[in-house]
Amino acid sequence: MGNRTVIPFGPQHPVLPEPIHLDLMLEDERVVEAIPRIGYIHRGLEKLVEKKDFQQYTYVAERICGICSFMHGMGYCMTIESIMDIKIPERAEFLRTIWAELSRMHSHLLWLGLSADAFGFESLHMHTWRLREQVLDIFEETTGGRVIFSVCEIGGVRKDISPETLDKIDRILTDMEKELKEITHVFLSDSSVKYRTKGIGVLSKQAAFDLGAVGPMAKASGIKRDLRTQGYAAYGKLKFEPIIETDGDSYARTSVRIKEVFQAVDLIKQAIAIIPEGGINVKVTGNPNGEYFTRVEQPRGSAMYYVKASGSKFLDRFRVRTPTFANVPALLETLKGCSLADVPILILTIDPCISCTER
Amino acid sequence: MAILSMSKTLFKSLVHGPYTVLYPVKKKETYERTRGRVEINISQCIYCGLCQRRCPTGAIQVNRGNTTWSIDRLKCIQCNYCNEVCPKKCLRMNNEYTSPSFGSVRDDYTNARVSGDKENN
Ligand code: SF4
Ligand code: SF4
Repeated sequence: MGNRTVIPFGPQHPVLPEPIHLDLMLEDERVVEAIPRIGYIHRGLEKLVEKKDFQQYTYVAERICGICSFMHGMGYCMTIESIMDIKIPERAEFLRTIWAELSRMHSHLLWLGLSADAFGFESLHMHTWRLREQVLDIFEETTGGRVIFSVCEIGGVRKDISPETLDKIDRILTDMEKELKEITHVFLSDSSVKYRTKGIGVLSKQAAFDLGAVGPMAKASGIKRDLRTQGYAAYGKLKFEPIIETDGDSYARTSVRIKEVFQAVDLIKQAIAIIPEGGINVKVTGNPNGEYFTRVEQPRGSAMYYVKASGSKFLDRFRVRTPTFANVPALLETLKGCSLADVPILILTIDPCISCTER
Repeated sequence: MAILSMSKTLFKSLVHGPYTVLYPVKKKETYERTRGRVEINISQCIYCGLCQRRCPTGAIQVNRGNTTWSIDRLKCIQCNYCNEVCPKKCLRMNNEYTSPSFGSVRDDYTNARVSGDKENN
Protein backbone atom coordinates (compact mmCIF):
# COMPACT_ATOMS: atom_id res chain seq x y z
CA MET A 1 0.00 0.00 0.00
CA GLY A 2 1.37 3.37 -1.00
CA ASN A 3 0.92 6.74 0.60
CA ARG A 4 -2.48 8.29 0.61
CA THR A 5 -2.78 11.72 -0.95
CA VAL A 6 -5.81 13.95 -1.40
CA ILE A 7 -5.98 15.81 -4.69
CA PRO A 8 -8.61 18.50 -5.11
CA PHE A 9 -10.22 18.32 -8.55
CA GLY A 10 -12.24 21.31 -9.68
CA PRO A 11 -14.28 23.47 -9.37
CA GLN A 12 -12.06 25.07 -12.02
CA HIS A 13 -10.51 22.47 -14.29
CA PRO A 14 -9.87 22.51 -18.06
CA VAL A 15 -12.05 19.48 -18.60
CA LEU A 16 -15.01 20.74 -16.60
CA PRO A 17 -17.51 22.85 -18.50
CA GLU A 18 -19.17 23.67 -15.19
CA PRO A 19 -17.98 23.80 -11.61
CA ILE A 20 -18.07 20.69 -9.44
CA HIS A 21 -15.50 19.88 -6.83
CA LEU A 22 -14.17 16.41 -6.04
CA ASP A 23 -11.70 15.47 -3.36
CA LEU A 24 -9.84 12.53 -4.82
CA MET A 25 -8.30 10.19 -2.27
CA LEU A 26 -5.35 8.58 -4.03
CA GLU A 27 -3.17 5.62 -3.27
CA ASP A 28 -0.21 6.16 -5.58
CA GLU A 29 -1.95 6.74 -8.92
CA ARG A 30 -5.21 4.94 -8.05
CA VAL A 31 -8.31 6.68 -6.81
CA VAL A 32 -9.71 4.94 -3.75
CA GLU A 33 -12.45 7.37 -2.95
CA ALA A 34 -13.99 10.52 -4.36
CA ILE A 35 -15.92 13.00 -2.24
CA PRO A 36 -18.05 15.44 -4.21
CA ARG A 37 -19.09 18.93 -3.30
CA ILE A 38 -21.66 20.83 -5.29
CA GLY A 39 -23.37 24.16 -4.80
CA TYR A 40 -21.16 26.63 -6.65
CA ILE A 41 -23.79 27.89 -9.04
CA HIS A 42 -27.07 27.68 -7.21
CA ARG A 43 -29.37 30.31 -8.71
CA GLY A 44 -32.56 29.82 -6.74
CA LEU A 45 -34.69 29.24 -9.81
CA GLU A 46 -37.21 27.09 -7.92
CA LYS A 47 -37.85 29.87 -5.46
CA LEU A 48 -38.56 32.20 -8.35
CA VAL A 49 -42.00 30.63 -8.90
CA GLU A 50 -43.17 32.83 -6.06
CA LYS A 51 -42.15 35.97 -7.94
CA LYS A 52 -42.98 35.18 -11.56
CA ASP A 53 -46.45 34.08 -12.55
CA PHE A 54 -46.92 30.63 -14.01
CA GLN A 55 -46.92 31.91 -17.60
CA GLN A 56 -43.77 33.95 -17.17
CA TYR A 57 -42.10 31.03 -15.44
CA THR A 58 -42.05 29.11 -18.74
CA TYR A 59 -39.14 31.35 -19.75
CA VAL A 60 -37.40 30.75 -16.44
CA ALA A 61 -37.89 26.97 -16.66
CA GLU A 62 -36.16 26.98 -20.03
CA ARG A 63 -33.16 28.63 -18.50
CA ILE A 64 -32.57 25.89 -15.94
CA CYS A 65 -30.17 24.39 -18.46
CA GLY A 66 -28.69 25.74 -21.65
CA ILE A 67 -28.47 22.38 -23.36
CA CYS A 68 -31.79 20.76 -22.49
CA SER A 69 -33.51 24.14 -22.53
CA PHE A 70 -36.33 22.96 -24.74
CA MET A 71 -37.05 19.86 -22.67
CA HIS A 72 -37.08 21.80 -19.40
CA GLY A 73 -39.63 24.16 -20.88
CA MET A 74 -41.60 21.24 -22.24
CA GLY A 75 -41.54 19.33 -18.93
CA TYR A 76 -42.79 22.38 -17.07
CA CYS A 77 -45.52 23.08 -19.62
CA MET A 78 -46.62 19.44 -19.60
CA THR A 79 -46.95 19.55 -15.81
CA ILE A 80 -49.09 22.68 -15.84
CA GLU A 81 -51.17 21.34 -18.74
CA SER A 82 -51.87 18.16 -16.77
CA ILE A 83 -52.99 20.16 -13.73
CA MET A 84 -55.25 22.39 -15.80
CA ASP A 85 -56.49 19.49 -17.92
CA ILE A 86 -55.43 21.08 -21.19
CA LYS A 87 -55.25 18.89 -24.27
CA ILE A 88 -52.79 20.41 -26.70
CA PRO A 89 -53.30 20.05 -30.47
CA GLU A 90 -51.69 17.05 -32.11
CA ARG A 91 -49.52 19.17 -34.38
CA ALA A 92 -48.05 20.90 -31.33
CA GLU A 93 -47.18 17.50 -29.87
CA PHE A 94 -45.31 16.55 -33.03
CA LEU A 95 -43.51 19.89 -33.17
CA ARG A 96 -42.46 19.43 -29.55
CA THR A 97 -41.14 15.98 -30.40
CA ILE A 98 -39.15 17.30 -33.36
CA TRP A 99 -37.55 20.03 -31.28
CA ALA A 100 -36.92 17.64 -28.40
CA GLU A 101 -35.12 15.16 -30.66
CA LEU A 102 -33.10 17.93 -32.30
CA SER A 103 -32.09 18.94 -28.77
CA ARG A 104 -31.02 15.38 -28.09
CA MET A 105 -28.87 15.43 -31.21
CA HIS A 106 -27.22 18.68 -30.32
CA SER A 107 -26.67 17.64 -26.72
CA HIS A 108 -25.05 14.32 -27.63
CA LEU A 109 -22.90 15.92 -30.33
CA LEU A 110 -21.79 18.50 -27.80
CA TRP A 111 -20.88 15.73 -25.39
CA LEU A 112 -19.02 13.72 -28.03
CA GLY A 113 -16.98 16.81 -28.84
CA LEU A 114 -16.23 17.48 -25.19
CA SER A 115 -15.18 13.92 -24.58
CA ALA A 116 -12.89 14.01 -27.62
CA ASP A 117 -11.41 17.14 -26.10
CA ALA A 118 -11.02 15.37 -22.75
CA PHE A 119 -8.98 12.55 -24.21
CA GLY A 120 -6.97 15.03 -26.24
CA PHE A 121 -8.29 14.58 -29.77
CA GLU A 122 -8.71 18.22 -30.76
CA SER A 123 -9.59 17.81 -34.42
CA LEU A 124 -12.28 15.25 -33.62
CA HIS A 125 -13.70 17.70 -31.09
CA MET A 126 -13.86 20.46 -33.70
CA HIS A 127 -15.41 18.28 -36.39
CA THR A 128 -18.11 16.99 -34.04
CA TRP A 129 -19.02 20.54 -33.17
CA ARG A 130 -19.02 21.52 -36.81
CA LEU A 131 -21.81 19.00 -37.34
CA ARG A 132 -23.63 20.23 -34.27
CA GLU A 133 -23.65 23.72 -35.76
CA GLN A 134 -26.08 22.57 -38.45
CA VAL A 135 -28.56 21.54 -35.76
CA LEU A 136 -28.22 24.94 -34.13
CA ASP A 137 -28.91 26.58 -37.48
CA ILE A 138 -32.12 24.57 -37.78
CA PHE A 139 -33.08 25.83 -34.33
CA GLU A 140 -32.39 29.42 -35.25
CA GLU A 141 -34.39 29.14 -38.42
CA THR A 142 -37.41 27.48 -36.80
CA THR A 143 -37.51 29.12 -33.37
CA GLY A 144 -35.42 32.27 -33.56
CA GLY A 145 -32.93 31.22 -30.90
CA ARG A 146 -29.86 29.02 -31.01
CA VAL A 147 -29.77 27.94 -27.37
CA ILE A 148 -32.89 29.24 -25.69
CA PHE A 149 -35.85 28.74 -27.99
CA SER A 150 -38.78 30.31 -26.10
CA VAL A 151 -41.05 28.31 -28.32
CA CYS A 152 -42.91 26.09 -25.88
CA GLU A 153 -45.86 27.59 -24.07
CA ILE A 154 -48.59 26.32 -21.85
CA GLY A 155 -51.23 25.07 -24.25
CA GLY A 156 -48.95 24.18 -27.16
CA VAL A 157 -46.13 25.84 -29.04
CA ARG A 158 -45.69 29.42 -30.16
CA LYS A 159 -44.33 28.87 -33.64
CA ASP A 160 -45.22 26.52 -36.46
CA ILE A 161 -42.79 24.98 -38.92
CA SER A 162 -43.89 25.27 -42.53
CA PRO A 163 -43.99 22.12 -44.73
CA GLU A 164 -41.13 23.53 -46.85
CA THR A 165 -38.94 24.00 -43.80
CA LEU A 166 -39.82 20.49 -42.61
CA ASP A 167 -38.66 19.16 -45.99
CA LYS A 168 -35.51 21.19 -45.68
CA ILE A 169 -34.83 19.75 -42.21
CA ASP A 170 -35.35 16.27 -43.63
CA ARG A 171 -32.81 16.97 -46.38
CA ILE A 172 -30.25 18.47 -43.99
CA LEU A 173 -30.55 15.45 -41.73
CA THR A 174 -30.10 13.03 -44.63
CA ASP A 175 -26.87 14.77 -45.62
CA MET A 176 -25.78 15.02 -42.02
CA GLU A 177 -26.26 11.32 -41.42
CA LYS A 178 -23.44 10.51 -43.86
CA GLU A 179 -21.05 12.89 -42.15
CA LEU A 180 -22.15 11.64 -38.74
CA LYS A 181 -21.28 8.08 -39.75
CA GLU A 182 -17.82 9.22 -40.77
CA ILE A 183 -17.15 11.05 -37.49
CA THR A 184 -18.74 8.53 -35.13
CA HIS A 185 -16.75 5.76 -36.79
CA VAL A 186 -13.67 7.38 -35.24
CA PHE A 187 -15.21 7.22 -31.76
CA LEU A 188 -16.20 3.60 -32.15
CA SER A 189 -13.26 2.07 -33.95
CA ASP A 190 -10.12 4.19 -33.70
CA SER A 191 -7.58 2.31 -31.63
CA SER A 192 -6.26 5.36 -29.77
CA VAL A 193 -9.79 6.41 -28.81
CA LYS A 194 -10.75 2.91 -27.74
CA TYR A 195 -7.65 2.74 -25.61
CA ARG A 196 -9.04 5.63 -23.55
CA THR A 197 -12.61 4.35 -23.27
CA LYS A 198 -12.76 0.56 -23.49
CA GLY A 199 -12.95 -1.10 -20.08
CA ILE A 200 -12.67 2.26 -18.26
CA GLY A 201 -15.09 3.05 -15.46
CA VAL A 202 -17.18 -0.10 -15.56
CA LEU A 203 -20.55 0.19 -13.85
CA SER A 204 -22.27 -3.13 -13.37
CA LYS A 205 -25.97 -3.51 -14.05
CA GLN A 206 -26.69 -4.16 -10.38
CA ALA A 207 -24.68 -1.11 -9.27
CA ALA A 208 -26.39 1.09 -11.86
CA PHE A 209 -29.77 -0.12 -10.59
CA ASP A 210 -28.92 0.25 -6.90
CA LEU A 211 -27.45 3.73 -7.34
CA GLY A 212 -30.41 4.90 -9.40
CA ALA A 213 -28.45 5.78 -12.53
CA VAL A 214 -30.48 7.25 -15.37
CA GLY A 215 -30.13 7.88 -19.07
CA PRO A 216 -27.12 6.67 -21.09
CA MET A 217 -25.38 5.81 -17.81
CA ALA A 218 -28.05 3.20 -17.02
CA LYS A 219 -28.64 2.18 -20.62
CA ALA A 220 -24.93 1.40 -21.14
CA SER A 221 -25.11 -0.95 -18.15
CA GLY A 222 -27.99 -2.87 -19.64
CA ILE A 223 -30.96 -1.25 -17.90
CA LYS A 224 -33.76 -0.81 -20.36
CA ARG A 225 -35.31 2.36 -19.05
CA ASP A 226 -36.35 5.09 -21.43
CA LEU A 227 -39.24 7.33 -20.45
CA ARG A 228 -40.05 8.12 -24.06
CA THR A 229 -41.67 4.70 -24.18
CA GLN A 230 -44.42 6.14 -21.95
CA GLY A 231 -45.55 7.94 -25.08
CA TYR A 232 -45.66 11.56 -23.93
CA ALA A 233 -45.78 14.25 -26.66
CA ALA A 234 -45.90 12.33 -29.95
CA TYR A 235 -43.56 9.50 -28.95
CA GLY A 236 -46.50 7.11 -28.66
CA LYS A 237 -47.07 7.44 -32.40
CA LEU A 238 -43.47 6.82 -33.45
CA LYS A 239 -41.63 3.54 -33.67
CA PHE A 240 -38.46 3.14 -31.67
CA GLU A 241 -36.69 0.84 -29.25
CA PRO A 242 -34.61 2.06 -26.29
CA ILE A 243 -30.90 1.66 -26.97
CA ILE A 244 -29.07 -0.71 -24.68
CA GLU A 245 -25.46 -1.74 -24.26
CA THR A 246 -24.25 -4.23 -21.68
CA ASP A 247 -20.57 -3.53 -21.04
CA GLY A 248 -21.12 -0.58 -18.73
CA ASP A 249 -17.80 1.09 -19.56
CA SER A 250 -17.05 4.48 -21.11
CA TYR A 251 -17.02 2.92 -24.55
CA ALA A 252 -20.54 1.55 -24.07
CA ARG A 253 -21.77 4.95 -22.92
CA THR A 254 -20.24 6.62 -25.98
CA SER A 255 -21.85 3.99 -28.14
CA VAL A 256 -25.30 4.52 -26.56
CA ARG A 257 -25.09 8.25 -27.20
CA ILE A 258 -23.95 7.78 -30.77
CA LYS A 259 -26.78 5.38 -31.47
CA GLU A 260 -29.21 7.82 -29.88
CA VAL A 261 -28.07 10.52 -32.30
CA PHE A 262 -29.01 8.27 -35.22
CA GLN A 263 -32.21 7.28 -33.46
CA ALA A 264 -33.06 10.98 -33.09
CA VAL A 265 -32.53 11.48 -36.83
CA ASP A 266 -34.86 8.57 -37.48
CA LEU A 267 -37.51 9.84 -35.04
CA ILE A 268 -37.47 13.33 -36.57
CA LYS A 269 -37.89 11.85 -40.03
CA GLN A 270 -40.77 9.68 -38.84
CA ALA A 271 -42.40 12.69 -37.21
CA ILE A 272 -41.97 14.83 -40.34
CA ALA A 273 -43.57 12.09 -42.42
CA ILE A 274 -46.76 11.84 -40.37
CA ILE A 275 -47.16 15.28 -38.77
CA PRO A 276 -50.85 16.21 -38.92
CA GLU A 277 -52.25 19.58 -40.01
CA GLY A 278 -54.04 21.83 -37.56
CA GLY A 279 -53.61 24.43 -34.87
CA ILE A 280 -50.54 24.71 -32.71
CA ASN A 281 -51.93 26.01 -29.44
CA VAL A 282 -55.06 26.34 -27.37
CA LYS A 283 -56.07 29.31 -25.28
CA VAL A 284 -55.37 29.00 -21.58
CA THR A 285 -57.75 30.60 -19.13
CA GLY A 286 -57.73 30.58 -15.36
CA ASN A 287 -55.02 29.54 -12.97
CA PRO A 288 -53.75 26.06 -12.11
CA ASN A 289 -54.98 24.38 -8.96
CA GLY A 290 -53.55 21.06 -7.82
CA GLU A 291 -50.31 19.16 -7.99
CA TYR A 292 -48.63 16.94 -10.53
CA PHE A 293 -45.47 15.00 -11.32
CA THR A 294 -44.13 14.69 -14.85
CA ARG A 295 -41.16 12.72 -16.09
CA VAL A 296 -39.34 13.45 -19.30
CA GLU A 297 -36.43 11.63 -20.95
CA GLN A 298 -33.72 14.19 -21.48
CA PRO A 299 -30.45 13.53 -23.31
CA ARG A 300 -28.81 12.93 -19.94
CA GLY A 301 -31.59 10.78 -18.53
CA SER A 302 -34.92 11.17 -16.83
CA ALA A 303 -35.86 14.50 -15.33
CA MET A 304 -38.78 14.96 -12.96
CA TYR A 305 -40.94 18.02 -12.54
CA TYR A 306 -43.24 18.63 -9.63
CA VAL A 307 -45.66 21.52 -9.41
CA LYS A 308 -48.02 22.45 -6.61
CA ALA A 309 -50.50 25.20 -7.29
CA SER A 310 -53.36 26.61 -5.29
CA GLY A 311 -55.44 28.54 -7.78
CA SER A 312 -53.49 31.78 -7.78
CA LYS A 313 -51.28 32.84 -10.66
CA PHE A 314 -48.18 32.16 -8.58
CA LEU A 315 -47.28 28.54 -7.95
CA ASP A 316 -46.71 27.24 -4.43
CA ARG A 317 -43.84 24.95 -5.25
CA PHE A 318 -41.84 23.84 -8.23
CA ARG A 319 -39.24 21.13 -8.04
CA VAL A 320 -36.95 19.63 -10.65
CA ARG A 321 -34.88 16.50 -10.22
CA THR A 322 -32.30 16.61 -12.97
CA PRO A 323 -30.52 13.58 -14.44
CA THR A 324 -27.01 14.71 -13.46
CA PHE A 325 -28.03 14.77 -9.82
CA ALA A 326 -29.20 11.16 -10.12
CA ASN A 327 -25.96 10.16 -11.84
CA VAL A 328 -23.51 11.59 -9.30
CA PRO A 329 -23.59 8.45 -7.03
CA ALA A 330 -22.91 6.29 -10.08
CA LEU A 331 -20.02 8.57 -11.03
CA LEU A 332 -18.45 8.15 -7.58
CA GLU A 333 -18.75 4.40 -7.96
CA THR A 334 -16.99 4.37 -11.35
CA LEU A 335 -14.21 6.60 -10.01
CA LYS A 336 -13.25 4.03 -7.36
CA GLY A 337 -10.18 2.15 -8.51
CA CYS A 338 -9.52 4.16 -11.65
CA SER A 339 -6.21 5.84 -12.36
CA LEU A 340 -5.80 9.59 -11.93
CA ALA A 341 -5.36 10.10 -15.68
CA ASP A 342 -8.81 8.65 -16.34
CA VAL A 343 -10.65 10.92 -13.91
CA PRO A 344 -11.44 13.69 -16.48
CA ILE A 345 -12.94 11.31 -19.00
CA LEU A 346 -14.92 9.53 -16.26
CA ILE A 347 -16.36 12.77 -14.97
CA LEU A 348 -17.39 13.64 -18.49
CA THR A 349 -18.88 10.22 -19.02
CA ILE A 350 -22.03 11.10 -17.04
CA ASP A 351 -22.39 14.20 -19.22
CA PRO A 352 -22.42 16.46 -16.17
CA CYS A 353 -24.67 19.48 -16.25
CA ILE A 354 -24.04 21.16 -12.94
CA SER A 355 -26.00 24.33 -13.41
CA CYS A 356 -29.20 22.38 -13.96
CA THR A 357 -28.37 20.12 -11.01
CA GLU A 358 -28.19 23.15 -8.73
CA ARG A 359 -30.76 25.24 -10.52
CA MET B 1 -9.29 -1.69 -34.46
CA ALA B 2 -8.65 1.04 -36.95
CA ILE B 3 -5.79 3.46 -37.03
CA LEU B 4 -5.75 6.85 -38.78
CA SER B 5 -9.53 6.63 -39.13
CA MET B 6 -9.76 10.41 -39.01
CA SER B 7 -7.48 11.03 -42.01
CA LYS B 8 -10.27 11.00 -44.63
CA THR B 9 -12.14 13.77 -42.81
CA LEU B 10 -8.95 15.75 -42.31
CA PHE B 11 -7.96 15.59 -45.98
CA LYS B 12 -11.45 16.64 -46.96
CA SER B 13 -11.30 19.70 -44.76
CA LEU B 14 -7.88 20.62 -46.15
CA VAL B 15 -9.46 20.85 -49.59
CA HIS B 16 -12.65 22.46 -48.31
CA GLY B 17 -11.01 25.36 -46.50
CA PRO B 18 -12.41 26.97 -43.34
CA TYR B 19 -15.93 26.05 -42.25
CA THR B 20 -16.17 29.17 -40.14
CA VAL B 21 -17.23 32.64 -41.24
CA LEU B 22 -14.52 35.27 -41.44
CA TYR B 23 -16.03 37.69 -38.96
CA PRO B 24 -16.10 40.75 -39.07
CA VAL B 25 -15.37 40.84 -42.82
CA LYS B 26 -18.33 38.56 -43.39
CA LYS B 27 -21.27 38.41 -41.05
CA LYS B 28 -23.38 35.37 -40.39
CA GLU B 29 -26.75 35.88 -41.97
CA THR B 30 -29.76 35.88 -39.68
CA TYR B 31 -33.05 34.15 -40.28
CA GLU B 32 -36.45 35.70 -40.51
CA ARG B 33 -37.30 34.43 -37.04
CA THR B 34 -34.00 35.30 -35.35
CA ARG B 35 -34.79 37.09 -32.12
CA GLY B 36 -32.35 39.97 -31.84
CA ARG B 37 -33.79 43.10 -30.33
CA VAL B 38 -37.21 44.53 -29.52
CA GLU B 39 -38.22 47.55 -31.59
CA ILE B 40 -41.19 49.81 -31.00
CA ASN B 41 -43.26 51.91 -33.30
CA ILE B 42 -43.85 54.55 -30.68
CA SER B 43 -46.50 56.50 -32.52
CA GLN B 44 -48.84 53.48 -32.28
CA CYS B 45 -48.30 52.82 -28.57
CA ILE B 46 -51.20 53.65 -26.25
CA TYR B 47 -49.11 53.25 -23.06
CA CYS B 48 -51.37 50.57 -21.67
CA GLY B 49 -48.41 49.04 -19.81
CA LEU B 50 -49.32 45.47 -20.66
CA CYS B 51 -45.84 44.75 -22.01
CA GLN B 52 -44.30 46.05 -18.79
CA ARG B 53 -46.56 43.85 -16.63
CA ARG B 54 -45.94 40.69 -18.66
CA CYS B 55 -42.21 41.04 -19.27
CA PRO B 56 -40.55 38.27 -17.20
CA THR B 57 -37.41 40.31 -16.51
CA GLY B 58 -38.88 43.74 -15.94
CA ALA B 59 -36.91 45.21 -18.83
CA ILE B 60 -39.67 47.53 -20.02
CA GLN B 61 -40.79 50.72 -18.29
CA VAL B 62 -43.89 52.48 -19.54
CA ASN B 63 -44.92 55.87 -18.30
CA ARG B 64 -48.37 56.93 -19.34
CA GLY B 65 -48.10 60.38 -17.77
CA ASN B 66 -45.24 61.66 -19.87
CA THR B 67 -45.75 59.14 -22.68
CA THR B 68 -42.40 57.40 -22.56
CA TRP B 69 -41.54 53.81 -23.26
CA SER B 70 -38.10 52.56 -22.40
CA ILE B 71 -36.29 49.27 -22.46
CA ASP B 72 -33.18 48.04 -20.69
CA ARG B 73 -31.45 46.20 -23.52
CA LEU B 74 -29.28 44.01 -21.34
CA LYS B 75 -32.15 42.93 -19.12
CA CYS B 76 -34.23 41.82 -22.06
CA ILE B 77 -33.98 38.09 -22.74
CA GLN B 78 -35.60 38.25 -26.20
CA CYS B 79 -38.47 36.03 -25.20
CA ASN B 80 -40.93 37.86 -27.47
CA TYR B 81 -43.68 37.78 -24.83
CA CYS B 82 -44.22 41.57 -24.90
CA ASN B 83 -44.63 41.40 -28.64
CA GLU B 84 -47.39 38.79 -28.33
CA VAL B 85 -49.41 40.60 -25.68
CA CYS B 86 -49.27 44.12 -27.12
CA PRO B 87 -52.84 45.05 -28.10
CA LYS B 88 -51.70 47.57 -30.74
CA LYS B 89 -49.06 45.27 -32.26
CA CYS B 90 -46.58 48.11 -32.19
CA LEU B 91 -43.69 45.97 -30.97
CA ARG B 92 -41.51 44.00 -33.31
CA MET B 93 -38.57 41.64 -32.98
CA ASN B 94 -35.60 42.85 -35.00
CA ASN B 95 -33.08 40.27 -36.30
CA GLU B 96 -30.07 42.33 -35.27
CA TYR B 97 -28.65 41.96 -31.78
CA THR B 98 -27.84 44.81 -29.46
CA SER B 99 -24.08 45.35 -29.65
CA PRO B 100 -22.04 44.37 -26.61
CA SER B 101 -21.34 47.06 -24.06
CA PHE B 102 -19.75 47.63 -20.67
CA GLY B 103 -22.60 49.39 -18.98
CA SER B 104 -26.36 49.10 -19.06
CA VAL B 105 -28.04 50.24 -22.24
CA ARG B 106 -31.42 51.90 -21.84
CA ASP B 107 -33.25 53.07 -24.91
CA ASP B 108 -35.93 55.69 -24.31
CA TYR B 109 -38.70 56.47 -26.71
CA THR B 110 -40.92 59.46 -26.26
CA ASN B 111 -43.93 60.24 -28.30
CA ALA B 112 -44.20 63.85 -29.37
CA ARG B 113 -47.96 63.77 -28.98
CA VAL B 114 -49.26 66.74 -27.05
CA SER B 115 -52.85 66.56 -25.91
CA GLY B 116 -55.03 69.00 -27.75
CA ASP B 117 -52.44 69.47 -30.45
CA LYS B 118 -54.27 68.12 -33.47
CA GLU B 119 -51.37 68.53 -35.86
CA ASN B 120 -48.97 66.29 -34.06
CA ASN B 121 -51.41 63.57 -33.15
S1 SF4 C 1 -48.33 46.71 -24.72
FE1 SF4 C 1 -48.00 47.77 -26.69
S2 SF4 C 1 -49.43 49.50 -26.59
FE2 SF4 C 1 -49.27 48.75 -24.50
S3 SF4 C 1 -47.62 49.98 -23.60
FE3 SF4 C 1 -46.65 48.15 -24.41
S4 SF4 C 1 -45.99 48.70 -26.46
FE4 SF4 C 1 -47.46 50.25 -25.82
S1 SF4 D 1 -38.67 40.25 -25.25
FE1 SF4 D 1 -39.23 39.39 -23.26
S2 SF4 D 1 -37.65 40.13 -21.87
FE2 SF4 D 1 -37.51 41.38 -23.72
S3 SF4 D 1 -38.75 43.15 -23.26
FE3 SF4 D 1 -40.07 41.68 -24.30
S4 SF4 D 1 -41.06 40.51 -22.66
FE4 SF4 D 1 -39.31 41.60 -21.76
